[in-house]
Amino acid sequence: MTIWLELLGRWGLGVFQRLGRGHLFLFRVLAGLPTLLPRPGLVVAQMHSVGVLSLIIIIVSGLFVGMVLGLQGYNTLVDFGAEESLGVVVALSLVRELGPVVAALLFAGRAGSALTAEIGLMKATEQLAGMEMMAVDPLQRVVGPRFVAGLISMPLLAAIFSAVGVFGGYFVGVGLLGVDDGAFWSQMQAKVDLHEDVYNGVIKSVVFGFVASWIAVFEGYDAPPTAEGVSRATTRTVVHTALAVLGLDFVLTALMFGE
Amino acid sequence: MNTTRAVEVGVGLFIAAGLGALFVLAMKVSNLSTFSQADGYEVIARFENIGGLKVRSPVTAGGVRIGRVAAIAYDSERYEAVVRLAIEPQFDRLPRDTSASIFTAGLLGEQYIGLEPGGDDRFLEPGGEIKITQSALVLEQIVGKFLFSKAAEGQTEGQTEGQTE
Repeated sequence: MTIWLELLGRWGLGVFQRLGRGHLFLFRVLAGLPTLLPRPGLVVAQMHSVGVLSLIIIIVSGLFVGMVLGLQGYNTLVDFGAEESLGVVVALSLVRELGPVVAALLFAGRAGSALTAEIGLMKATEQLAGMEMMAVDPLQRVVGPRFVAGLISMPLLAAIFSAVGVFGGYFVGVGLLGVDDGAFWSQMQAKVDLHEDVYNGVIKSVVFGFVASWIAVFEGYDAPPTAEGVSRATTRTVVHTALAVLGLDFVLTALMFGE
Repeated sequence: MNTTRAVEVGVGLFIAAGLGALFVLAMKVSNLSTFSQADGYEVIARFENIGGLKVRSPVTAGGVRIGRVAAIAYDSERYEAVVRLAIEPQFDRLPRDTSASIFTAGLLGEQYIGLEPGGDDRFLEPGGEIKITQSALVLEQIVGKFLFSKAAEGQTEGQTEGQTE
């Protein structure tokens, strides 16, 4: 009996220790960010690997998600003779939910895992320790630029995802299924609100970018410096980011649209 | 970690594409281009029953949208719904005796307020009240009335037949 309680207690303590380490780590990273100002080149280099190289998968996925939304939405709406509302369905689903959420999940798989593996390997090969020996803070030099790059890239990627998806829905709806061109756009513009829908979607993607980048760099920095440790940390990054994004999405949706 | 020129150009393109996508979402997808809530004036209208009217429902005159519903409140002294209408500034020549009715777009569509201009020489001031209003048609009430009248008809017919025999 006591052995079970002991295991439960050890597990609980471990969780809280990690949570505490994660927050202290975040505060130290945030406190070190001002040192990046004179050297924006570090962030630009990371934005290349985090943002630019994720563009292809984001654009292709956005296009196909929009096209599927167009097809499925049309099949449902045509029963009610409301296929002119297809633009509204596609745009609202993308801007409110699918854009930020799916972009964040892809971001975790494409960029987050790479960040974790990179930082974890730097730690395993004692590059971070070497930097500390030379009085270079690895939090400012390695972790900070990657965190900021993720934070900036994620909202941009989500916006690109949504915009490309809307055009994907347009190609299928108007080009393939024969929905009226003008009705598609005018209904969309009449129903999609800049503040209510677009701004809230951007806020979501900023929050997801923050969480995804934080988890990715923390898991890398906190990984046991072994091959197995790094591989587990990479897995954890993807799993934890996915769970955090989906959970936060529910909370944010309830706050924004719950009334 | 040198940032080469190609990397910088790539990141620049990426940021431009992201901002461009946001711009497309704002201008092409959302309603920024068709209506700005910044200025304009408000008038109020009182209805017995607003049905399914919501904040931000359209306000039209002659079928053209000239504003939106800004707020809906309930006046517990007069037992009426008070609807504030935000009218766009260029439509500032609505006569005093304009009437407001709540209509439904299509059979099951959303509800909107239709304004019917009257013939008065004086115009509605900002903050003024539209006196002549017509409440929303609630489907259940209409069906209920119809059924009652049918039932009443059937009863009277039955009575008259009984008398003649």
